Amino acid sequence: MRTEEPEDPVMRVALFVTCVNDAVFPATGVATVRVLERLGVEVDFPAAQTCCGQPQFNTGYRAETAPLVRRTVRAFEGYAYVVTPSGSCAAMVRHHYASFGGEAAGLAPRVYELTEFLVDVLGVTDVGAYFPHRVTYHPSCHGLRLLGLGERPRRLLEAVKGLELVELPGAEECCGFGGTFAVKNPDVSAAMGADKIANALSTGAEVLCGADNSCLLHVGGMLTRQGAPLRAVHLADILASTEEEPWR
Amino acid sequence: MSDTFGGTFVGMPAFPEAARAAVGDATLRANLRHATHTIRDKRARAVAELDDWAELRQAGKEIKDRTLRHLADHLLRLEEAVTAAGGTVHWAADAAEANRIVTGLVRATGETEVVKVKSMATQEIGLNEHLAAEGIAAYETDLAELIVQLGEDRPSHILVPAIHRNRGEIRDIFREKMGSWGRPAPEGLSDTPADLAEAARLHLREKFLRAKVGISGANFMVAETGTLVVVESEGNGRMCLTLPETLISVVGVEKVVPTWRDLEVFLQTLPRSSTAERMNPYTSMWTGTSDDDGPSDFHLVLLDNGRTDALADEVGRQALRCIRCSACLNVCPVYERAGGHAYGSVYPGPIGAILTPQLRGTVSEVDASLPYASSLCGACYEVCPVAIDIPKVLVHLRERVAAEGGRGHRLERAAIKASSWVLDHPTALAAGERIASATRALHPKRLPGPGARQWSEHRNLPELPAEPFRDWWKRNRR
Ligand code: SF4
Repeated sequence: MRTEEPEDPVMRVALFVTCVNDAVFPATGVATVRVLERLGVEVDFPAAQTCCGQPQFNTGYRAETAPLVRRTVRAFEGYAYVVTPSGSCAAMVRHHYASFGGEAAGLAPRVYELTEFLVDVLGVTDVGAYFPHRVTYHPSCHGLRLLGLGERPRRLLEAVKGLELVELPGAEECCGFGGTFAVKNPDVSAAMGADKIANALSTGAEVLCGADNSCLLHVGGMLTRQGAPLRAVHLADILASTEEEPWR
Repeated sequence: MSDTFGGTFVGMPAFPEAARAAVGDATLRANLRHATHTIRDKRARAVAELDDWAELRQAGKEIKDRTLRHLADHLLRLEEAVTAAGGTVHWAADAAEANRIVTGLVRATGETEVVKVKSMATQEIGLNEHLAAEGIAAYETDLAELIVQLGEDRPSHILVPAIHRNRGEIRDIFREKMGSWGRPAPEGLSDTPADLAEAARLHLREKFLRAKVGISGANFMVAETGTLVVVESEGNGRMCLTLPETLISVVGVEKVVPTWRDLEVFLQTLPRSSTAERMNPYTSMWTGTSDDDGPSDFHLVLLDNGRTDALADEVGRQALRCIRCSACLNVCPVYERAGGHAYGSVYPGPIGAILTPQLRGTVSEVDASLPYASSLCGACYEVCPVAIDIPKVLVHLRERVAAEGGRGHRLERAAIKASSWVLDHPTALAAGERIASATRALHPKRLPGPGARQWSEHRNLPELPAEPFRDWWKRNRR
């Protein structure tokens, strides 16, 4: 089933949209579907999926996480490729599911963060996108350190027509979201976010791109509060944008 | 609590409150930012020079793990070797016992002052305060420790305890305080590093020459020969270890390594990780006593103080691998903003957040809040030269704190349970999402109430979408 031949007629994947995207950023889910379909991939959305359990797990509630782990594993049974536009949810499955025993470990090797799937499995970096804006990229911590996404997101962005990619100073520094950290330590979290924003503004970019909407929820919320001339946009939204159907 | 851990931090508020003050202190933020970023970049360069860094890191981890598995055997072997070389070994179960032993040893010499080598273990047990209460003056001789001591301050970093101070502040402390401790600062002292160092040198020299008792910790203890090792940059340690007649070393039990071959790995990884040097300027090693040179009386106080409790925890025990390099502090975005004092312990930063709650327990407010003092960004784990998975231990300790159920964690568990139930019932979830979307025009950008208030103090809430993704999917693809 795990064929990587480009001439493979139709590849079928399950979209693991994540709870945050489902409820708050459905456009990122839609964008992910568009990019994948444009590349000839057949996308399914198993409706039994909800949340991978990361917020509960990271806050110290393992017992309360277990039913969500079981649900997620069941929801994606039978799919060779499970694709998610979230580095931290992919990292939760890859690094922590095995510790829940049973069949949970079996899902880990089948979960791909979007840029991994595009670059490693489909072997593409130019997805035919058009986005005529100045963009800087924030590599969220879990994508950067837990998944080791490396240059994948940048390579995808560099191939986007019209896009000018500018270097973000201090890119590898955490934005300060950290799940419940943002509410348990609001002052430190906001100070980290403020530095991230200052660095992003210093680049003169119009768009701060990330591959994790939970981080963008925090940074974007600070940007709109400040009325800053910079928008937080998910990588999938940029990759989905074309000349025919440009982003917003 | 004050009996099992240094008394200086008793009564600290929880981390978030203590951090709030630091975040608002512009001078402190600038000092910390400058210092941590400088050393962080230097460390990265020093480590990148070695082709076999990954192997050294793995070796360090395995040596420590292997040693900790048979800790008692290695300690007994160490005791035997130290005794055979003319030293005396004392075992201290907690801070109170260690303080009692050291006080007794100093008393026996008839002296009322001691010189100290920078040591985390003696700070952990609050030795200086204890000695002062017994009428014994303890003089810190490390430059940064001297600044902290003269300023009646608390250390805020493992390696650079006065990292929160800038040059101007240090000059002012020297001018005001040196005189009451001994030789005053030279007239017209400037704030150049060379002048400040020279003032400290003159002030300390008379203490070195007079001292009959030295007190130290140790970075490593080699079991096979009973050799103790202190790694330092300034040379003050070498003075304290060689000039006095009596030397007392207080060392945590986890500092033992079985052999010299094991030591070799850490002598490569420690300097590069801590000061970003290929090799530190001074490495002092001593084995018991000798007739012609150095102290004629040597005592080793082996300190437990919660370490065997940590050892009993399968996930948490990896914190005992720590070689106190402080690399994790220097890369930590939370430490950089909150400063070291907010951690309420001599062990600040990521290592403090996992070590302190294991050594002291999670009873006090600050100790229970430490496992949450992290965004789990993983920068600490990435740089740790003994590969301590700090984020993993943090989550593990959060489980412990949540299970204890104190301080709002019962409410939190109820909320998490409720959310887990909804998330385990997609129909209920979809209904909730639809209600939220349908009423989105009514949602304010700021919300009152716990959690929501903390969120919306600094950030807007996002505009909710017209429909959740699952409804879009139903309309468009199914
Ligand atoms: S936890 Fe690791 S990085 Fe931090 S001080 Fe200890 S050895 Fe160094």
